[in-house]
Amino acid sequence: MSGLFGDAVAAVLLIPMAAACLLALLPGYRLSARLNVLAALLTFLAAVSLLFIDRPEPGRYLLVDDLNIVFIVLNTFVGFTTSVFSATYIAHELETGRLTPIYLRFYHAMYQVLMFGMNLALLANNIGLMWVAIELATLTTVLMVGIYRTHEALEAAWKYFILGSVGIALALFGTILVYMAALPVIGEGLEAMIWTVLIERVAAFDPALLNVAFVFLLLGYGTKVGLAPLHAWLPDAHAEGPTPISAVLSGLLLNVALYAVLRFKLLLAANPGAIAPGPLMVTMGLTSLVFAGFMLYRRRDIKRMFAYSSIEHMGIIAFAFGMGGPLANFAGLLHMTMHSLTKSAIFFAVGHIAQVKGTQKIAEIRGLTASHPWLGWSLVVGVVAIAGLPPMGIFMSEFLVVSSTFAREPLLAIPLVFGLLVAFGALMLRLSGLAFGEPTGSTAPVEASYLPMFTHLALVLAAGVYLPAPIVAWFQQVAAALG
Amino acid sequence: MGSLAFDVAHLLAGGLVLVSFMLLYQDRLYALLNIFALHAFVLALSVAWQALVQDAPHLYVTAVIALVFKAIAIPLVLHRIIQRLGIHREIEAVVGVGLTMIAGIGLVALSIVVMLRVTAEADPLAREDLALALSVVLLGLLMMVTRRNAVSQVVGFMSLENGLVLAATGAKGMPLVVEISVAFSILIAFIVIGIFLFRIRERFDTVDIQALDRFRGERR
Repeated sequence: MSGLFGDAVAAVLLIPMAAACLLALLPGYRLSARLNVLAALLTFLAAVSLLFIDRPEPGRYLLVDDLNIVFIVLNTFVGFTTSVFSATYIAHELETGRLTPIYLRFYHAMYQVLMFGMNLALLANNIGLMWVAIELATLTTVLMVGIYRTHEALEAAWKYFILGSVGIALALFGTILVYMAALPVIGEGLEAMIWTVLIERVAAFDPALLNVAFVFLLLGYGTKVGLAPLHAWLPDAHAEGPTPISAVLSGLLLNVALYAVLRFKLLLAANPGAIAPGPLMVTMGLTSLVFAGFMLYRRRDIKRMFAYSSIEHMGIIAFAFGMGGPLANFAGLLHMTMHSLTKSAIFFAVGHIAQVKGTQKIAEIRGLTASHPWLGWSLVVGVVAIAGLPPMGIFMSEFLVVSSTFAREPLLAIPLVFGLLVAFGALMLRLSGLAFGEPTGSTAPVEASYLPMFTHLALVLAAGVYLPAPIVAWFQQVAAALG
Repeated sequence: MGSLAFDVAHLLAGGLVLVSFMLLYQDRLYALLNIFALHAFVLALSVAWQALVQDAPHLYVTAVIALVFKAIAIPLVLHRIIQRLGIHREIEAVVGVGLTMIAGIGLVALSIVVMLRVTAEADPLAREDLALALSVVLLGLLMMVTRRNAVSQVVGFMSLENGLVLAATGAKGMPLVVEISVAFSILIAFIVIGIFLFRIRERFDTVDIQALDRFRGERR
């Protein structure tokens, strides 16, 4: 059985890698786009098969446990649906001449390298390998963000590159410090970087060194999560890159960075002498939430607005995991899943809208429900979901976060609810302008891929109405493991 | 050997911090590149010494990479780029030199206070190496913040990366990461040189980041 298991893990990593090589060589965008979808689908199936196979002992480099399997399945699923959306999106970009075939070849290869990097980061059992994988994912997205080569895209890519590398450098320093803390207890060599070995023996580590290490790791990976003081790259990168990349950045890459923070949070929690990592995450989460809530009011660009909404939601998720405990962790996991699905669905809709209207300026887009009913109403449903209205899944997860906070730290619930309301107001205000009223701009019919969008929204709705018992049990198990 | 090993490692790591300070006040691009080459050279010496002291031959590979790529190849390539772009004029720093130096001294003091306090139990060689490495990292960050020119920001980033390599080699027997981080720093340098600078040149006819700031995506 373990041989089969090894195959499934290998497939999750090797399919994207092989596809990347193939896509880099193949000319012709139609074939590449289809191959991209196929590779993403196969990766997703391999990831799902991990759920049903017995898990063997963690290896020296790779690991599958309750925590990362949630991330992997979500990651490969959104990766697959985004590749479907990307196929139609890219065809339009080619027609309008914003991208040339040679750039498309590069784009598809990079898409698969990005998937490989993220899957590797999630599967890594070695903190050094995890760092390398996250850096790889960052570099590929830098290149993708700059792919249009406009002034704005270059500025965004440069800013992302500089801030991302600083973040990733701080994270490496933190990783080295963790190794230093492990050195006296575990001894030299590879063992002292293997996460499963670290977590077993972390109680004997020097707490002071671990504390400093966590601060570096939180700042470093926190930059990639887009938490408040370190978020400056995020809105630009989302607004200027191709929309499928915005969807993948928001829905997946932020999660992967958060996953890294969670792994190290677990290490700290297992050491009796170390500081509690929770309050740090709670503070950063709340700051992001309230800050992004206010920033939402001043946005003029539609993709930028939803980028700020991502900062807001990553703040909520970091807050929930920072609170800890079975209920808050459960809420955090659910919120993360719901946010990934909803936000990528919104970006799918926004991508088509921006293409047909030829602009990303909020002021120039009006009356979408009249001109493009399907797109317009999908956007309405998506924004209603992301703003946290019932009966969508995000309402349920936000409700759980708020109620668990009220039960344990009522004072913290005040800024939390305040931030949620501020963001809610901003989103509703903009939505009414975008979706209703007299249509402006082009009303030409749009060739859109509705399937990914509808699938995501249906899943979010279904989760809000009824969450199946096996999924609840699964998430509860993960939440308990998170401590 | 014990005391000598310790003193030489200190001398080299301290030298790296000193060269980081020299990077801070350079106001011409060519001079900046020369000092960066010196920075990488000191790093190579320091890594080689660690390889000798720790009896870890694989670290020699890291030292050679630092010497060949960072001290020779990258400065040469950047030199040519500057020549081709015709931007060998003065660098505008955001903050004055005096203030930058004082901030730098503050950062070094901070990193030494923090690291020495928390690593009381660690091996003294690694411990002080780590404090000095953090200083180099912070000085690299400071340089990236105080410069507007894309080339000097890249140099700042590479000096930061040098600090990380120093920290990684100081940690005894650290697997994988040295080689991989060096490979990545090369990759980063190439990406920056190859793609960004040429694209920026193509679009703006300048590598001054301030010119980029004018094209903000959002007009208010």
